[in-house]
Amino acid sequence: MSLIDSIPLPRSVRLPRVDGLIQWIVPLAIIAIWQVASVTGFVPTRVLPAPSDVVLAGWKLLLSGELVRNIWVSFWRASIGFLIGGSIGFAFGLANGLSQLSAKLTDTTLQMVRNVPHLALIPLVILWFGIDESAKLFLVALGVFFPIYLNTLHGIRTVDPQLIEMGRIYGMTDGELFRRVIFPGALPSIFVGIRFALGIMWLTLIVAETIAASSGLGYMAMQAREFMLIDVVVLSILIYALLGKLADSASRVLERLTLSWHPAFQKR
Amino acid sequence: MQTAVRSSLPETELASRANFTPHARVVREERSASAVGLPLSIRGLRKSFGDNEVLRGIDLHIPAGQFVAIVGKSGCGKSTLLRLIAGLDKIDAGSISFGQEIQPEDIRVMFQEPRLLPWARVLANVEVGLGRDRASGDAHARAEKALIEVGLADKRDQWPSVLSGGQKQRVALGRALVSRPRVLAFDEPLGALDALTRISMQRLLERVWRDQGFTAILVTHDVSEAVALADRVLVIEEGRIAHDVSVNAGRPRQRGSVELAGLEGSILSHLLSADDRT
Ligand SMILES: Nc1ncnc2c1ncn2[C@@H]1O[C@H](COP(=O)(O)OP(=O)(O)OP(=O)(O)O)[C@@H](O)[C@H]1O
Ligand SMILES: [Mg+2]
Repeated sequence: MSLIDSIPLPRSVRLPRVDGLIQWIVPLAIIAIWQVASVTGFVPTRVLPAPSDVVLAGWKLLLSGELVRNIWVSFWRASIGFLIGGSIGFAFGLANGLSQLSAKLTDTTLQMVRNVPHLALIPLVILWFGIDESAKLFLVALGVFFPIYLNTLHGIRTVDPQLIEMGRIYGMTDGELFRRVIFPGALPSIFVGIRFALGIMWLTLIVAETIAASSGLGYMAMQAREFMLIDVVVLSILIYALLGKLADSASRVLERLTLSWHPAFQKR
Repeated sequence: MQTAVRSSLPETELASRANFTPHARVVREERSASAVGLPLSIRGLRKSFGDNEVLRGIDLHIPAGQFVAIVGKSGCGKSTLLRLIAGLDKIDAGSISFGQEIQPEDIRVMFQEPRLLPWARVLANVEVGLGRDRASGDAHARAEKALIEVGLADKRDQWPSVLSGGQKQRVALGRALVSRPRVLAFDEPLGALDALTRISMQRLLERVWRDQGFTAILVTHDVSEAVALADRVLVIEEGRIAHDVSVNAGRPRQRGSVELAGLEGSILSHLLSADDRT
């Protein structure tokens, strides 16, 4: 996930129908080449199983119900952790963006905590929570907190002061000013925060589940490694990639719906 | 009736901005059928920013419904004066009075930038101008009427980002007009427009001013615009009104007529001689 990602393409590049297909050409080509390389023995299956083997492994796990259960557990952890960390980050972003006092009180502290890589806390978190659910939720929430906090704060602070003055001149109350001017003005930046946070959410979860869990996709991958089931390992990685892509697409759809006023999102 | 005076005294400053009794509301509705301009009296008005004495005693009376243009070199305090009249900044000394109680909706300002909400459609942007009446049932209808007045009825459902600079400024004008203000202050509203758009906007300004009869105060750096539109041109120098020139040409005015050109020349020479002295 990078900043470049969040800069929408100029209109002319977007061809409505073809656009949806073009993005799948490269992944499909890679899979085709991979399959050929495996079948011909160019890549030994002990290093990388053929895509067909991965699909087969997935089918077996699907039938046993194990796959759905693990995906569900990971999905649940990701969403709950995201909701908790995201709402706290959003709340602090609002408070510190709107109130000088609140900013003075907490911003420096938060900036200091931000410099601790949250994954470095894993040993401590295991000591605190064991390999309980709360350990994973805590880590995800912590990871998600900062991008949302920083971008909400930045969004609110950079709302055009001339628009705020305009709102005041036209007699908006504080509530109206927030609803009609400040929040919509901060929204593009908040979305940047959400998309960064989604990336961090998956990353945190993978690491946490790999190290300390008894269920979930990361756990499934680690188990498979112990039994040398390389096809399941690759399957887990691919599912993580797919879920990440799904979350990103969902946020894009939401962005497109709420930012339809933005020149960059107007389709003609 | 209480007389609203903006002065350096904090209580009266507040009285003119914030205390709107239900009684005052009734008064407002009674006369809103024939909204007319308010007279404006400014006495000994001073304003400094730190050591920078910007306004050093402005004395001025503007009769109700007059169209006044204010010119002066850059940084002489035109915007500052306008912001004080509109109640956006605090007065250091002196007073501004409107001769009667005013509502916030009675005074509107238009700036060089349209300041439209990019995330609100054109009609919703105009509705913002209704102030406290935004939530009332006829808000849509009133906003649409204002849009028709500025000739943009067909753009009501557009986003501001698709409008041209001149169209945006017309939406801003519609927003300023929708509450039927009694004083309309313009701070170089046409400064960013190209020559042709400027002229058509000037005509529009003149037309709505004649239709509605508000008191108009136009800050501009274009002297020909000032003489084309105003009844009276004020030249500010060194924090005071240095010249007060009446423009008696009848309306509609012929742009570039000998009479206006002569006035424009004499005002320009005032401005330039002040420049030479400094
Ligand atoms: N908020 C402020 N804080 C400090 N100084 C200010 C402020 N606003 C204006 N000034 C100063 O007051 C002086 C007058 O500014 P003002 O904006 O009124 O000039 P102006 O006549 O409108 O100029 P222009 O034609 O360039 O718009 C300038 O010297 C400016 O630097
Ligand atoms: Mg100015």
